[in-house]
Amino acid sequence: MQKVVIIGATSAIAEATARRYAARGAHLFLIARNSERLNDIAQDLRVRGAAQVGHAVLDVADLTAHARVVDDLWGQLGHVDVALIAHGTLPDQSACEASVEVALHEFTVNGTSTIALLTALAARFEPQGSGTIAVISSVAGDRGRQSNYLYGAAKAAVSTFASGLRQRLFKVGVNVLTVKPGFVDTPMTRNFKKGALWAKPDAIAKGIVRATDRGRSVVYLPWFWQPIMLIIKHVPEFVFKRIKL
Amino acid sequence: MLPYGNGRSYGDSCLNDGGTLLHARSLDRFIRFDASTGLLECEAGVLFSEILDLVVPQGWFLPVTPGTKFVTVGGAIANDVHGKNHHRAGTFGRHVTELELLRSDGSRMVCSADLHPDWFAATVGGLGLTGLITRARVQLRKIAGPWMSCEVHRFEDLAGFFRLSEQSDRDYEYTVAWVDCVSKGKGLGRGLFTRANHAPAHPDARPPSPGRRPNVPLTPPFSLINPLSLRVFNTLYYHRQRKEVSRATTHYEPHFYPLDGIGSWNRIYGPHGFMQYQCVVPPREAQACTEALLDAIAASGEGSFLAVLKQFGDVRSPGLLSFPRPGTTLALDFPNRGHSTLSLLNRLDEIVAAAGGAVYPAKDARMSADSFKRYFPDWEFFSHYIDPGFSSSFWRRVTE
Repeated sequence: MQKVVIIGATSAIAEATARRYAARGAHLFLIARNSERLNDIAQDLRVRGAAQVGHAVLDVADLTAHARVVDDLWGQLGHVDVALIAHGTLPDQSACEASVEVALHEFTVNGTSTIALLTALAARFEPQGSGTIAVISSVAGDRGRQSNYLYGAAKAAVSTFASGLRQRLFKVGVNVLTVKPGFVDTPMTRNFKKGALWAKPDAIAKGIVRATDRGRSVVYLPWFWQPIMLIIKHVPEFVFKRIKL
Repeated sequence: MLPYGNGRSYGDSCLNDGGTLLHARSLDRFIRFDASTGLLECEAGVLFSEILDLVVPQGWFLPVTPGTKFVTVGGAIANDVHGKNHHRAGTFGRHVTELELLRSDGSRMVCSADLHPDWFAATVGGLGLTGLITRARVQLRKIAGPWMSCEVHRFEDLAGFFRLSEQSDRDYEYTVAWVDCVSKGKGLGRGLFTRANHAPAHPDARPPSPGRRPNVPLTPPFSLINPLSLRVFNTLYYHRQRKEVSRATTHYEPHFYPLDGIGSWNRIYGPHGFMQYQCVVPPREAQACTEALLDAIAASGEGSFLAVLKQFGDVRSPGLLSFPRPGTTLALDFPNRGHSTLSLLNRLDEIVAAAGGAVYPAKDARMSADSFKRYFPDWEFFSHYIDPGFSSSFWRRVTE
């Protein structure tokens, strides 16, 4: 039986992923800010077949609380097969431009807190010598664009950090998986007009579970974002700065 | 505002032109399932397909299911849906032991046959107008496995259908017939009668492979369903079985949900789409009336791709506006050819109304306010239960 920890468990992608693990009979442990929603989700996952579902409340922006929560995890579970970091917000770029305080807070939520959690989890996974740390980054981290470069910068930090961590933990048999979703139809993106490039949370969840099972390093979800981002990354800067994206 | 589930109603009962829709599909969590009693509690946006995936492997089945599994629990209650087992089980609402209603003033009300029974009766079949159904408890039906033992009997005319129905309704839980509605004269009302029961455990059978389902990728510029293709299809379909009776054990999916196997099948009707029409006529005049309906259709040349005939039982429907009632029900879908299609449907309405029957709101996009009020005489009493913040395109059309 797999033991799966999900941080940011009330996000749509996280919940869809949890359902897939529940259907396999996994033992799940959920972490998020809102305990009422955690309760509802835990109840649902039990009906869907999860062997056990535990949960704990954590505001990831409270960096000092991370150590205690991670310690409790190993205290309760003994060992962890999969840890998925899925929390995040979609910052209002213009608000981030107008206020340094807002910008740094959003960077904390989407970048610093993830790096802090990855550090704390790595310290536990390393001696364990097995398992997967999966982290949801974003295609937005592949190149800064004027429409959301605060978010993009935070995700770029996460992707780069995860790449280094992957090299470090590969030696001991722990995989680090970087997930780069494109546009996903979730509450986080409720104000966007949806088009052909948009994916449902469950499609992303399916990709996360499959990439975890196969020990992949970096996965774009859906797959077509890989060629799209390859092109976007290679547009020369003198052209890129002139286009609207 | 108006709750919107998975949008599988054929007409405007799930639309609210110029207003707001509450997308209830995201209320998709299970709350409780007791595999020993079969009592399921879930949020109202859960799909029947999701319930089946969960409960069939544990030996349970939906107590009542319509011809698609892509409907939400809330939608099934709001339309008080029925299935091939109506003569036994009645409507879906009869198996809902409790539901919660959220009103636009923020108040919540738990309703059941004992708790606020008047609100329960208004909400079951209430077309989403009494408030948002947030969650429900449903009593499932025990099964031995996912298999069905089915028999298909060919019948040569309407009398054959009524004979088979009478013989079968006692011993078979699921009965339904397909009618060739292109054939006229002596062959009027010929078709295939299917009767089935859940099969006992069948250890060596394997479920159908969960491969990719075919999909209609785009809408053709014109309807592929036209008088020629209808004639060819109906004739071939009627003769697809040589023998008078065929027997088979099949998985429940193709038995209950043949069209769910083809994604976006509605596109074959082209940009103008199609009109569904389902009516019920009382038992006393059932045969004569059904014959008159089929006559009118065959004479019009409009033709229906899928004409479905079934005897409803006399199990009482729990909702004030529930459609099912004792008698014979006929469901049809016509390619929408504008005026000629609408005038045929008006002719059918006259026959149904004269017989004291009714037309199904969930499948309607065109019945007149007069017809609706004749079919559903409790509509005015029902309207006291409508949430002041709720309305639908359908409701405005049939009452204003």
